[in-house]
Amino acid sequence: MNKSKKLGFLNIDTSLYQTRISNKFQNRKPYEPADPRIILSFIPGIVLDIMIKPGQLVSKGEDLMILDAMKMQNKLKCIMNGKVKSIAVKKGDKVSKGTVLLELE
Amino acid sequence: MPINKKIRELQEKREKVLLGGGEQAIEKQKAMGKRTARERIMALLDENSFNEYDLFVEHDARDFDMDKKSLPSDGVIIGSGTIYGAPVAIFAQDFTVAGGSLGLMHSRKITKIMDHALKMRMPLIGINDSGGARIQEGVNSLAGYGEIFFRNTISSGVIPQLSVILGPCAGGAVYSPALTDFVFVVDNISKMFITGPEVIKTVLGEEISMEDLGGARVHSEITGNAHFFALSEEECFEQIKKLITFIPWNNSQKARNFEPGEPKPEYNINKIVPEDPTLPYDVKDVIRAVVDNSDFFEIMELYAKNIVIGFGRMGGRTTGFVANQPLEMAGVLDVDSSDKAARFIRYCDAFNIPIITLVDLPGYLPGVDQEHAGVIRHGAKVLYAYSEATVPKLTVILRKAYGGGYIAMSSRHLRADFVFAWPSAEIAVMGPEGAANIIFRKEIMTAADPDGMRKQKVDEYKTKFANPYVAASRGYVDAVIVPSETRKFLMHSIEVSENKDVTMPYKKHGLPPF
Repeated sequence: MNKSKKLGFLNIDTSLYQTRISNKFQNRKPYEPADPRIILSFIPGIVLDIMIKPGQLVSKGEDLMILDAMKMQNKLKCIMNGKVKSIAVKKGDKVSKGTVLLELE
Repeated sequence: MPINKKIRELQEKREKVLLGGGEQAIEKQKAMGKRTARERIMALLDENSFNEYDLFVEHDARDFDMDKKSLPSDGVIIGSGTIYGAPVAIFAQDFTVAGGSLGLMHSRKITKIMDHALKMRMPLIGINDSGGARIQEGVNSLAGYGEIFFRNTISSGVIPQLSVILGPCAGGAVYSPALTDFVFVVDNISKMFITGPEVIKTVLGEEISMEDLGGARVHSEITGNAHFFALSEEECFEQIKKLITFIPWNNSQKARNFEPGEPKPEYNINKIVPEDPTLPYDVKDVIRAVVDNSDFFEIMELYAKNIVIGFGRMGGRTTGFVANQPLEMAGVLDVDSSDKAARFIRYCDAFNIPIITLVDLPGYLPGVDQEHAGVIRHGAKVLYAYSEATVPKLTVILRKAYGGGYIAMSSRHLRADFVFAWPSAEIAVMGPEGAANIIFRKEIMTAADPDGMRKQKVDEYKTKFANPYVAASRGYVDAVIVPSETRKFLMHSIEVSENKDVTMPYKKHGLPPF
């Protein structure tokens, strides 16, 4: 048996199995429920315009930002009534998928 | 003109074209550690077996001053030859000619040899080494790719199709290999991606090397796009040649039989599997203990290691192996291992190769990431693949066969032809610990000594249910066998399955969950 990688334990149905643990399993992210107040970029792109300021009251359906991605100008619309707590990006920023763009309260 | 002169003229023409992109380009190719397209074909095929076609084909592009440019053989070599006597059709892109870029005539050469391979029902090998579409040829270049993809799909399951990535293979070009049966990659030479590092940098500002984005290791370990990983072109050609010996020339034939040979005595089948079902071992040792000459040819060795797939021979006949690997992630089924196994099962079924399944798994991998990655849909592929397969299906339950994992791993209920179990087999709805906790919950909770009671109930469950005899009493297991009898039982089963014939209801095609 190739012993190059250390053995760990994996719990399946309350039995502990001695086995090698894959990198993919080891590096998996623990689940966190999504917070609707934190707006993330849904696609990689460039922040083309920001229509709101921190502290501003916003209502459902209002335009928040324009994210330029895949040759499309995507308008990000507000999903709830609230107040802009903070904006995490500035005009011209390149963002990857899942980057925090702004936070509402 | 006398005939001698004409022959000389032909030879001169040939010599000119045979130099490909010229000495400078060849030197550059060598500096990258790569052979030329023609050298690759010669290294792969039996000596003097290569017949080349379309040597004098040239492009007919007129825009962007292309009419002033000559591209020898239009950057791709096609022909046919043999590997250990098996006929193969082959194309090899020539990176020394315009970066192996694909224009209309280049693609027509490839589709010509593809049509030929399908018509003659012989394997097709494609060596990819190309910068991508020839931009100057515009939509003609895209048309060329489309024609190739269409033929890959139509030939799928009729003739074996092998893709060898010996250079860049980027953008749309990656979809030809992705549609073929087996993809071979070489460390530091193969590069495959849809969008390259340049685009990713422009769009996202993220910097990544070609190797880290789509190198041989990435596709062998992370994406599962590649089936065979080699450290050199030489090693890669050896893998291709070996694979060719295991597979038939088309779907109406069986693979060639070889001289049978006994497994090596160093693989002592009685001593490989520990009795305690929570302890690991290398299931490849069990395979080596039953196949001819202990020669097991593994496929996708570096991807989803919790399941092992590959070819071996039983009494000289090619056989496909699918085995849970307790050494890696306890041998669980998950998204990646299901995908890996299901595709291989379908390959074996398409090309008349019997399947031996070795079972030892605790079940499916629990976790939010697995559920959200679609383990339901991917796991279903295994059930689908085993159920629809009509080649001989042999199953050996070595140790654990719990719950859904028991059903999925070529059980009687999915129409395994022969199901054998070792005395160490535990065929049950779940592991003894989990089952006892549920069934005897009340007794355990109300006992004066809950831990002592739990242990007692687990032992009780183990004795009563964690064995092969409950399943054997229902006929779900055909025979409980001593490990050392395994090869004998399997060889006999394959022998008597030689003329297996089952008819499935008519359908245009099924709808496997992909």
